Amino acid sequence: MTTGSTEKVNGARALIRCLEEEGVDTIFGYPGGQIIPFYNELYDSNLRHILVRHEQAAAHAADGYARATGKTGVCVSTSGPGATNLVTGIATAYMDSVPIVALTGQVPTFLIGNDAFQEADITGITQPITKHNYLIQDAKELPRIVKEAFHIASTGRPGPVLIDLPKDVQNAEIDFYYPDKVELRGYKPTYKGNVQQIKRAAEEIANSCMPIIYAGGGVISSNASAELLELAETINAPVTTTLMGIGSIPTEHPLYVGMLGMHGSKYANYAVQESDLIIAVGARFDDRVTGKLESFAPNARVIHIDVDPAEISKNVKVHIPIVGDAKQILRSLNKHICRCNSGAWLEKINQWKKEYPLSYKQVSPDIVMPQFVIEQISEACKDAIIVTEVGQHQMWAAQFFKYKEPRTFITSGGLGTMGYGFPAAIGAKVGRPDKTVINIAGDGSFQMNSQELATAVQNDIPVVSVILNNGYLGMVRQWQELFYDRRYSHTFIKGSVDFVKLAEAYGALGLRAEKPSEVRPAIEEAVRSGRPAVVEVIVECEANVYPMVPAGAAINEILDIEEHADTPCAMPDLRTATADRVLDLEEQ
Amino acid sequence: MKHTLAVLVENKSGVLSRVASLFSRRGYNIDSLAVGVTEDPEISRMTIVVQGNDQVLEQVTKQLNKLVDVIKVSDIGADDAVERELALIKVSADVTERAEIIQIANIFRARIVDVAPKSITVEVTGDESKINAIEKLLRQFGIKEMVRTGKIALIRGPKKV
Ligand SMILES: Cc1ncc(C[n+]2csc(CCOP(=O)(O)OP(=O)(O)O)c2C)c(N)n1
Ligand SMILES: [Mg+2]
Repeated sequence: MTTGSTEKVNGARALIRCLEEEGVDTIFGYPGGQIIPFYNELYDSNLRHILVRHEQAAAHAADGYARATGKTGVCVSTSGPGATNLVTGIATAYMDSVPIVALTGQVPTFLIGNDAFQEADITGITQPITKHNYLIQDAKELPRIVKEAFHIASTGRPGPVLIDLPKDVQNAEIDFYYPDKVELRGYKPTYKGNVQQIKRAAEEIANSCMPIIYAGGGVISSNASAELLELAETINAPVTTTLMGIGSIPTEHPLYVGMLGMHGSKYANYAVQESDLIIAVGARFDDRVTGKLESFAPNARVIHIDVDPAEISKNVKVHIPIVGDAKQILRSLNKHICRCNSGAWLEKINQWKKEYPLSYKQVSPDIVMPQFVIEQISEACKDAIIVTEVGQHQMWAAQFFKYKEPRTFITSGGLGTMGYGFPAAIGAKVGRPDKTVINIAGDGSFQMNSQELATAVQNDIPVVSVILNNGYLGMVRQWQELFYDRRYSHTFIKGSVDFVKLAEAYGALGLRAEKPSEVRPAIEEAVRSGRPAVVEVIVECEANVYPMVPAGAAINEILDIEEHADTPCAMPDLRTATADRVLDLEEQ
Repeated sequence: MKHTLAVLVENKSGVLSRVASLFSRRGYNIDSLAVGVTEDPEISRMTIVVQGNDQVLEQVTKQLNKLVDVIKVSDIGADDAVERELALIKVSADVTERAEIIQIANIFRARIVDVAPKSITVEVTGDESKINAIEKLLRQFGIKEMVRTGKIALIRGPKKV
């Protein structure tokens, strides 16, 4: 390595050198006019570049790569439309605190502000959805900025950082020198928790009889699962997780009570509501978790461990805040704790577990229930990384797959981005080629980035997408059913496309399962094939996600399946639907 | 409640917009914002007057601190501080009214910085209430145009932010 010595190179070459210095091995991108100098240098480099088919997918793939590996993901695009296509992916990473660095071409510095061809103010556009961003105006600053960008993206509360690279900056000659330190006086994350606060937390825990640990995505991003488990087992407290925290404790651990919040388990929500102490770790009391704020956990004292001081007392009043890295704080907290007197409390929770298990009703023996598909995936691919799209299938994937370790459940939680799953799965598979990677998709979501089948096939990335085809934008339909009088306004999408043929058209493997007995063999065949594959499963069209906390309700006002009996499926098929519409028109 | 924040930031392009957009995005109300370079040419200082209860102020402070270009945020409202604002006020004035306006200006230790046949421009510095007071008095003559800088403030004594 050449750190310390200098050498004359152009900005584009310098950027590649910086990426190598940062240990980057793979980037996801799509070229264009203002980023050609970079691609020209890339041609001779050893960096692996995955050419996507839409820049949004490059950002999601970098994000999936980052979540699966813990490393920083990198995506590249040209200026203008290329850069704006990254926006949804950057916002997704921002909301879920995922470290990615986005590199965008830009018009030459002397044209900036001129409404030049393919100019977009991408630093302005992404200001509220990046942790920080840069417009490089002088190539000499490039190495320092790249160094800072990777540092900022991956430390503290991780997040996306964007670097805008005008074409003349990419072409300018500089003396390459990669700094070995960053100096940012305005950026100094806290890692070590305050010792006094940690001791107070330990006392609080010792005095609690009904504690609950509430773990979020921060546990996973700080690799604190082992410490979390030690805490739970030592004090003998139940653990609930957020959607982002799934995988931080094995699903089948006896102390695990599942996810809390809107589609959490009944027993997790009851436990949180009745607890006398909430130990929040790397979680942010999001509105999907707390339900109606005023009635959230009325009797609980709150310990909040988070790396971001701005999350403390943002939504829920915190009694003992501890700012710092979850892993470090838990390590020192674990030295001060002892077993809680929580026997009766755990008994009560186990009773709830028995009384209100996660369940679903089989509508008829021939119809595939979507939850059944997840159970089958869970049995067939025990150690897989599960990536999801957004909708009902996402919630079922959260509820019915048995996760064993962190970084095996990858989903867009904060932004809820349909179209995230497939490209993120591609990124995850690139980062973890040793793992089976399954994208659990909906028929709506998959169509938002299905063009990435080409990416998977061209680069030989064997990701399996299991599409739960219910013919609806199911999650929206569920809300329409429950809260809008079953007026299914524009959520019916059955017959959009033959997913098997779509897969085949791209050169991927396409399989279909229509009966329960066909599900498992299809999944197994797809995984065994070692090829990019799509398994379309025709599922019950009006199944709903339960339990459910209606918006604005307290989290113990949670509805279960019996309280909302499913009515038999009454879905028109596309032909009659179209015929009806034609008729309507003729009548008018 | 009003708070006065002294915010030290990197003297770089784009910083003002990062700070301003943070306020609008998170729904905080800025009463006034004044910005200029400090004794260190690499650092600018913003004085931001913001409305809100303690909880809002805490969030504003924390969110500002999260910006990489923000070096330090201090609430100096509670400190004993010298607070100043400058205003330029152009008042309608014919010859008969000039003397009275000059008299008002003198009482407020304001200065007359421009006189024209039908107008007179007053420069006044002071805290917010002083400027409000002179504005009120001058209004009877008709204020043609007014510009205020927004508050700047320094803690009294040797203490720095
Ligand atoms: C980009 C985007 N557009 C719209 C939505 C709103 N939305 C949330 S879930 C959903 C339906 C998803 O349908 P599908 O992928 O078929 O999943 P299902 O709920 O049927 O399992 C929609 C439209 C969204 N989350 N993301
Ligand atoms: Mg669907």
